[in-house]
Amino acid sequence: MGDIASLIFKRLGYGLITLLVISIIIFFMVELLPGDIAQAVLGQGATEENLAALREEMGLNKPAVVRYLEWLSGAVVGNFGESIVTGERVSSVITERFINTLFLAAYAAVIAVPFAITLGVIVALLRNTVFDRVANVLTLTSISSPEFFLGYILILYLSVKAQMFPAIASLSADMTFLELLHRTFLPALTLVLVVTAHMMRMTRAAIINLLASPYIEMARLKGTPPWKVIVKHALPNAWAPIINVVALNLAYLITGVVLVEVVFVYPGIGQSLVDAVSKRDFPVVQACCLIFAATFILLNLAADVGAILTNPRLRHPK
Amino acid sequence: MSIFVITYFGLLIGVSCLAAYYEKRSAFLMLFSLTLVSFVLGIVGGTGALRSVAIGAGMLAFAAGVSFAFREFLVAITPPKLAKEIKTAPLTASFGMFVIFTYAIAGIFAPWIAPYGESEVISSAFAPADANMLLGADQLGRDMFSRIIYGARNTVGLALLATMAAFFMGATAGLLAAVKGGWFDQFMGRFADVIMSIPSLIFALLMLSIFGPDITVIIIAVAIIYAPRVFRLTRAVAGNVVVMDYIEAAKLRGEKDGYLIRKEILPNSTAPLVAEFGLEFCFVFLLVAGLSFLGLGIQPPTADWGSMVRENATLISFGEITPLIPAAAIALLTVAVNFVVDWMLFRSSGLKEQ
Repeated sequence: MGDIASLIFKRLGYGLITLLVISIIIFFMVELLPGDIAQAVLGQGATEENLAALREEMGLNKPAVVRYLEWLSGAVVGNFGESIVTGERVSSVITERFINTLFLAAYAAVIAVPFAITLGVIVALLRNTVFDRVANVLTLTSISSPEFFLGYILILYLSVKAQMFPAIASLSADMTFLELLHRTFLPALTLVLVVTAHMMRMTRAAIINLLASPYIEMARLKGTPPWKVIVKHALPNAWAPIINVVALNLAYLITGVVLVEVVFVYPGIGQSLVDAVSKRDFPVVQACCLIFAATFILLNLAADVGAILTNPRLRHPK
Repeated sequence: MSIFVITYFGLLIGVSCLAAYYEKRSAFLMLFSLTLVSFVLGIVGGTGALRSVAIGAGMLAFAAGVSFAFREFLVAITPPKLAKEIKTAPLTASFGMFVIFTYAIAGIFAPWIAPYGESEVISSAFAPADANMLLGADQLGRDMFSRIIYGARNTVGLALLATMAAFFMGATAGLLAAVKGGWFDQFMGRFADVIMSIPSLIFALLMLSIFGPDITVIIIAVAIIYAPRVFRLTRAVAGNVVVMDYIEAAKLRGEKDGYLIRKEILPNSTAPLVAEFGLEFCFVFLLVAGLSFLGLGIQPPTADWGSMVRENATLISFGEITPLIPAAAIALLTVAVNFVVDWMLFRSSGLKEQ
């Protein structure tokens, strides 16, 4: 057991270091601004006094390293400073939106994961038949389409023409859970379509890879029935790649969610990020980027840890 | 039961019987499952659903015909050695080549093909299609069709430039890392790991917020984001070549790193690198389209597919499909490149999945 624990700790430590490096990149990238933040906020016409006052207020006179440490220690407890544009606390704006985004991603994942894995296994078992070819072309098309294309197609057919679902996913506090699911169905479905295609292809590749290994052939040759080959021989080794596929695609969801939120005007963190970028509201941009990157790293970490935990070779050391 | 429905099922069942009789197993399976699906579709969606299935099948058949003809055309005009290779291309790959060819023509000859200029206002906003304007006007009264043609030049051109920048950076770093090894290799590897652990769209947004939406910034941002992927692949491919005896021999002859890379390593790793270029292009193209959809890509009035979708999105709520055409153009090119890359990977690596 000690082996697994040390492996996992190593991986966690590595993830933490990566996150630290990324926080450095995110913070110091803003320092690269031509001029500085005060200049960017006030524009070219600002007087020296105004600039100096704003620099004082924002603490820009301290050395960058000190400000980085202050920002990081604030970020750890969820305090990202104040928005330049509205003056509100960034955390109070973002927290609720982040929960909304997580809800949307979870909604999509709950549908997509079982669906994609089942389909992926079926397609892998039927490989090189017509169904496999058709699935290949369909998933490739889905992967190649920009998220906003799928989103607008769904709006056109399911919302405008069939009038089954609302095109705009606005939320209000007094909605019942069912109403919420109905309201957010189209954005979730868009994400499901994209992620399912990715996941199916990866599951198919993982399973085919596995079925080519010698021990599966051995099991077949000794006359084991096909279902038993799958359940007893293939599945225990398939968990690692499948967990990997799931976590990687959930990480992919994190990026896809930005475009989908904009298409459906969904009040999530991706929407705030895009708004903040066009208004050049750096504290909000930094906070959103850090949150996205942290989620991304966390999911990749989960993939690796899951792969370690389910690896039969590690669980039963010689 | 209209005549259409009867012909529809009659044709499907007739052709699947024929397929079964001539023992074309896969064709039979596909046709018969289509028949079964059609029963359900017909009950749920009525004649309309069946009609769209028929239209879809017709378009597929048309695309297959075009790709077949294009493949024969390529075989006829290329020298014998290349023609032999092209003959083995599946229909999907030749469809991809056909689409890429069309886009290239549209992009290069845009000013001659497009009836109007890309920022020329010729009618009222959202004017419907007429004899003058194939696809109607956009939100400012500019000709949609002309803007789509110009978009092939602007959007694809930008994505191509950005991909080349990323590829140049990544491939150079990868080759150098493979040849030099040691701390340089280690450092570049770790650096690539860090960049790759930031989601690409997020990283691009961060850079654009700082340096402003500008074409040079987009190209540099994309290059930084995608270079690590190219680096990894190049490093892996070149790493396999570097350990060969002929490299050892060249090193003993006293050849410099530059010679090793150009004369020994590159010729032996072109195939995977070319395929990787196609794949990278797809990622970059989708990222650039996403950025311009968010209003952070190529700035107006330059025609650009991503922003065209966003600007005309209101039309969708009136049941119009015009705003979807630029989006479909993006999807079609990405699919086409993917098809060609699939074939090239299959051919070059002898990667025959069981």
